[in-house]
Amino acid sequence: MTEHHPDHETLLDYAAGHSREPVALLVATHLALCPQCRREVAAMEEVGGVVLEENEPSNVDEHSLDAVLARIERGDRPESTQAPAAGEQGGERGGEPSGEPEASAIPRPLRDYIGGSLDRVHWKRLSGKVAEARLLDRHSGFETRLMRIGAGGRIPVHTHEGREFTLVLKGGFTDEFGHYVRGDVAKADSDMTHQPVADADGECICLAVTDAPLRFTGPMGKLINIINRF
Amino acid sequence: MALAELNPVGRKSVVVGCSYASLHTHMRERTVNLARDESGKPGPEAFAGWMVSIAQSSDRDAFGEVFAYFAPRVKSYLMRLGANNDQAEDMMQDVMLLVWRRAGQFDPAQASLSTWIFTIARNRRIDVLRKERRPEFDPEDPALVRDADPQPDANVEAEQRHALIREAIDDLPEEQAELLRLNFFEELPHSAIAEQLGLPLGTVKSRLRLAMTRMRKALGELE
Repeated sequence: MTEHHPDHETLLDYAAGHSREPVALLVATHLALCPQCRREVAAMEEVGGVVLEENEPSNVDEHSLDAVLARIERGDRPESTQAPAAGEQGGERGGEPSGEPEASAIPRPLRDYIGGSLDRVHWKRLSGKVAEARLLDRHSGFETRLMRIGAGGRIPVHTHEGREFTLVLKGGFTDEFGHYVRGDVAKADSDMTHQPVADADGECICLAVTDAPLRFTGPMGKLINIINRF
Repeated sequence: MALAELNPVGRKSVVVGCSYASLHTHMRERTVNLARDESGKPGPEAFAGWMVSIAQSSDRDAFGEVFAYFAPRVKSYLMRLGANNDQAEDMMQDVMLLVWRRAGQFDPAQASLSTWIFTIARNRRIDVLRKERRPEFDPEDPALVRDADPQPDANVEAEQRHALIREAIDDLPEEQAELLRLNFFEELPHSAIAEQLGLPLGTVKSRLRLAMTRMRKALGELE
């Protein structure tokens, strides 16, 4: 049973569509492992449906409906502007979880970002017991990494800009704030210094995302962006 | 092109599936008002029927009904989040086209129509404006951890959940309801919302938390 969850604001951001992709990837993968947060996010999305409905309607173009019907006639499909999440780490978009026992199978959506399974990940060794693999490198301002820590291994003490979320996928680790196992999310702010230590009974694999300031696009946000310029 | 020419079949004769029937039963048991509400919105049974007609018989008239209600709302949702008129119009048309294409995937047991369309609009905006993918869990994924502790009301139909949430929002203290709406219309961290409203960050966070607790209680998910 998962005990450490993303904070409430992070879940609200995800439900409202404000999370940037690296954080959304971590939240969505946590949701696959945490029925409790799935219910929470489902309720938030239901609020989104009510907000959509109660929102003051805008005028649509006079010919909107005809335009959509004409696209229907043409067999037009709105394509995604984004390539599917494959090949981040080489390999195909992940199909079924393969070759791994259930307790460490990588759920979607992360599985799609690593080419199907942990076997496909190209690890880069950082120290004797620690290896990492970077994902989503094009997202400047974010660091998205898979971390693999050997049994009993330590991540060097670190601090970071912004917030850091660490989702445990396999094994467990302990830091100054608690013990985390599969499905748990550890949160750290820039003013926290922590040193995770992997459990002694096996390797620990985590997804770690360090975030950066949001770009503001709402009406209030635009104002703040302008104010921030001066 | 006139709608009537496209579809001479009267949509009212379309037989709706068992999910609609069970929806109806559940709603009656719960004495939730199924008629048009005070805003004149067609009831959930009408929308459910139209979605079935779209999926099963490519019913353009039914689509016209769904479009008439949702297209202006999808567009204003997108504009409130910063899209200009042309961007919002284009994205809205994409969203409504996706509603047509995916009508067969719409399952009234899983999601209310408003929430289903909200998620399509939300994700289209992320795709087009932010140029990012939207990572989501896959309910069919064998690696997904199933809910071992189904909630007492887990079988509550989605439209009923929607009605319960709408009532619960109406019952919220206005300052909580307003923050909840802002959360969906402002892409701002809570700290910036707090600053703009002249409230301590802790107050914003606790109001939102309280508001969501009320929502979960309304759904029977929390004691």
